[in-house]
Amino acid sequence: MMRKLLRILALVTFLATFVFAVADGGWLKNVPARDHERMNPFHEQPEAIAAGRRVFVDRCSHCHGENAEGTKKRPSLKSARIQRQATEGDLHWLLVNGNMRKGMPSWAKLPDQQLWQVITYVKSLRE
Amino acid sequence: MKPAITLILLVVFLAAGALGQERPYFVTYSHEMEEPGNLEIEFFNAVGKPPGGNRFVGSNLEFEYGATAWWTTEFYLDGQLTQHDSTIFTGYRWENRFRPLLREHWINPVIYVEVENISADKALREVVGHDGKDDFLESNAISRHDKARELELKLILGSNYRGWNISENIIAEKNLSNAPWEFGYAWALSRPLRLAASAHNCTFCGEKFQAGVEMYGGLGDRYSFGTSQTSHYVGPLINWTAPNGMTLSFSPQFGLNDYSLPRIYRFGFSYEIDQLFSRFHRGTQ
Repeated sequence: MMRKLLRILALVTFLATFVFAVADGGWLKNVPARDHERMNPFHEQPEAIAAGRRVFVDRCSHCHGENAEGTKKRPSLKSARIQRQATEGDLHWLLVNGNMRKGMPSWAKLPDQQLWQVITYVKSLRE
Repeated sequence: MKPAITLILLVVFLAAGALGQERPYFVTYSHEMEEPGNLEIEFFNAVGKPPGGNRFVGSNLEFEYGATAWWTTEFYLDGQLTQHDSTIFTGYRWENRFRPLLREHWINPVIYVEVENISADKALREVVGHDGKDDFLESNAISRHDKARELELKLILGSNYRGWNISENIIAEKNLSNAPWEFGYAWALSRPLRLAASAHNCTFCGEKFQAGVEMYGGLGDRYSFGTSQTSHYVGPLINWTAPNGMTLSFSPQFGLNDYSLPRIYRFGFSYEIDQLFSRFHRGTQ
């Protein structure tokens, strides 16, 4: 009986994790190939990391946490999905278009340069 | 009244502000929505003087809330002060903006729906129909009896291109007491003075300023559509975002024909409180 209960619990946990993971990262499948391959003009530039950090603190930190560690409601940007799976072009596409059904607004109101600076900062958090 | 004002000021000064990157527009709406959970408090003013009339200041106090990433709702309280006359509360408005397309396109539509209950309004939040300088000559005692319960619809179109924002609004307004539909337009464009962010804290660097131009006017009504006997205005715009998050905006605007007021000086302040409701749940931060 106990073993059956544990199996069910494990299955539910696995399914919940799977559903959450798919729902959270579903946007990646929508990125067009051209955007996926876009290059960051500020790639790994220290000045851009510092500037991106400033923009991040002003605009993104109240949802994603002061150091991008995430909050109860919004995901960490240090996750493997953001740091390894998503290219800089993918992140640019996400910032421009948002993921409005999930609460992520479009940041197209910021100039492209600032979006790339934020991406440079976020990618610099890779551990 | 005093406790309410004190409470608003307390919330504004205690809350950590978010940098709004507000467009400097006074009449035109862009397609950019308020961030979900953020509350923006705005105070906009229009100063003018009709020829042969008294100088006036029309004001709006606005509370703009990002309900979701695709829905922004806003509540306005309006008032005006006329020299040698009186200071009056002129009514309220409630508007909602919906973004039907959830991705960014080369042109982005937003549907705007507003209901308003106003009288003797001089804030000039839009110009429709045959609105003109003569509307500002009546005394407040008379014009405040002219109650207008109106429905206003706008199609907002906006584009962002290489740092520029270009926005166009098509306006249709209906006084619900058996008056014809009235029409108007507004368009504007703006750009930050510097596109890339600075790596260091700065107060007066180019990225903190946005400049542009705005034009708006009436297009008559259902029975007399067109530009005949309608007023039109154009003017440069500038705003500056202070380090504490407050945005200050200014625009001198000029009437383009004899039907318009010669000049309107507009100025405004706005302040954004990020994640308003999460402030009541500190544990989630």
